[in-house]
Amino acid sequence: MSTVKLTVNGRAVSVDVEDRTLLVHLLRENLNLTGTHVGCDTSQCGACVVHVDGRAVKSCTMLAGQAAGSNVTTIEGLAKGDELHPMQAAFRDNHGLQCGYCTPGMIMSAVDIVHRHSGKLDEETVRHELEGNICRCTGYHNIVKAVLDAAGRMKVAQAAE
Amino acid sequence: MYETNYHRASSVADAAATFAKGAESKFLAGGQTLLPVMKQRLAAPSDVIDLSKVQEMIGIEVSGDTVTIKAATPHYDVAQSDAVKKAIPALAKLASEIGDPAVRYRGTIGGSLANNDPAADYPAAVLALGAVVKTNKRSIAAEDFFKGLFSTALEDGEIITAVSFPVPAKAGYAKFPNPASRFALTGVFVAKTKSGDVRVAATGASQSGVMRVAPIEQALKANWAASALDSVTIPASGLLADIHGSADYRANLVKVMGQRAVTAAG
Repeated sequence: MSTVKLTVNGRAVSVDVEDRTLLVHLLRENLNLTGTHVGCDTSQCGACVVHVDGRAVKSCTMLAGQAAGSNVTTIEGLAKGDELHPMQAAFRDNHGLQCGYCTPGMIMSAVDIVHRHSGKLDEETVRHELEGNICRCTGYHNIVKAVLDAAGRMKVAQAAE
Repeated sequence: MYETNYHRASSVADAAATFAKGAESKFLAGGQTLLPVMKQRLAAPSDVIDLSKVQEMIGIEVSGDTVTIKAATPHYDVAQSDAVKKAIPALAKLASEIGDPAVRYRGTIGGSLANNDPAADYPAAVLALGAVVKTNKRSIAAEDFFKGLFSTALEDGEIITAVSFPVPAKAGYAKFPNPASRFALTGVFVAKTKSGDVRVAATGASQSGVMRVAPIEQALKANWAASALDSVTIPASGLLADIHGSADYRANLVKVMGQRAVTAAG
């Protein structure tokens, strides 16, 4: 057992876990942040993507101890109170989900994609960059539309700040 | 995953000392291979020593005709590096095509080389460019480093600290990725050194891991052009055959990826 201290969605937390604990399990089972999902558990599907120090990573392929001292953002940390993050709003408006299982990981990866390309996104880039996230419902079409829509909204939001 | 003890190393010396104390220690870099293997219970190290926060093992240096990538540098940082893009664009491109974006944020060059997966990308660049693998004990030439499937010249407890690549006159990489895993079904790295030598390495193709491809090297030495490989035949003996492709299929892929790599190199 080790004590892992980290910041999750802006809140400092300290959790006692076995050393073999994966970050996704610390989030879901110790912190009850069940928005982060375990899909394939083999780092293919991307349902478990969270941000660690600003980078979108697969939390099923990282030990909790590796995230000690880091700043972690999960899907629960994106909205500002009742106001959805522009990416969440765009997924809703564009019907970017059906069953919703992949959605938290899709959104966390998509936010990272928009940040990395600083607004300069086209459909081909979005499709290529989403290769680490698998959706079995939508055929990706509306997800890609949502990401492009959100890229525009995030640019506007950034300009307003 | 079986129980294990996690240690975060603060320096290369600390990592080596901690490794020696464990009954069956393993170094953990980005963890994009070791953790899945541990989850499948195919590896059960008593202790994992995390190298990913060792500051002296992170970073990229370009000096003169050498690009040095420190071992714990993630693929994303190599792919994004303006210095690498300028000196060896094929290397930045190779890094940008490993796995997916989330994997590239965590996976490292040192981890890739130490694991020596027969379908990993970096070994092709290291062998074709004639890079030098630097460890906490010595420098190992690319020719002497790779020892077959998942096997390297590294001794127990030896840590890759950096990889130095000589800047070539021209280089290109092309891979045919497995659409699910993004590993190379076959990938070919071609390089023309500044002294005019031609070195070509293929990954994902051979039963004994990354390999030099003599027929392509000879053809490109005579004429550095994709069309120079039209008449080249790659022997299928010793090549991998699995559900993804037969040995003959891979032999043809070596040639076709070689041509694409030459075209990419210009």
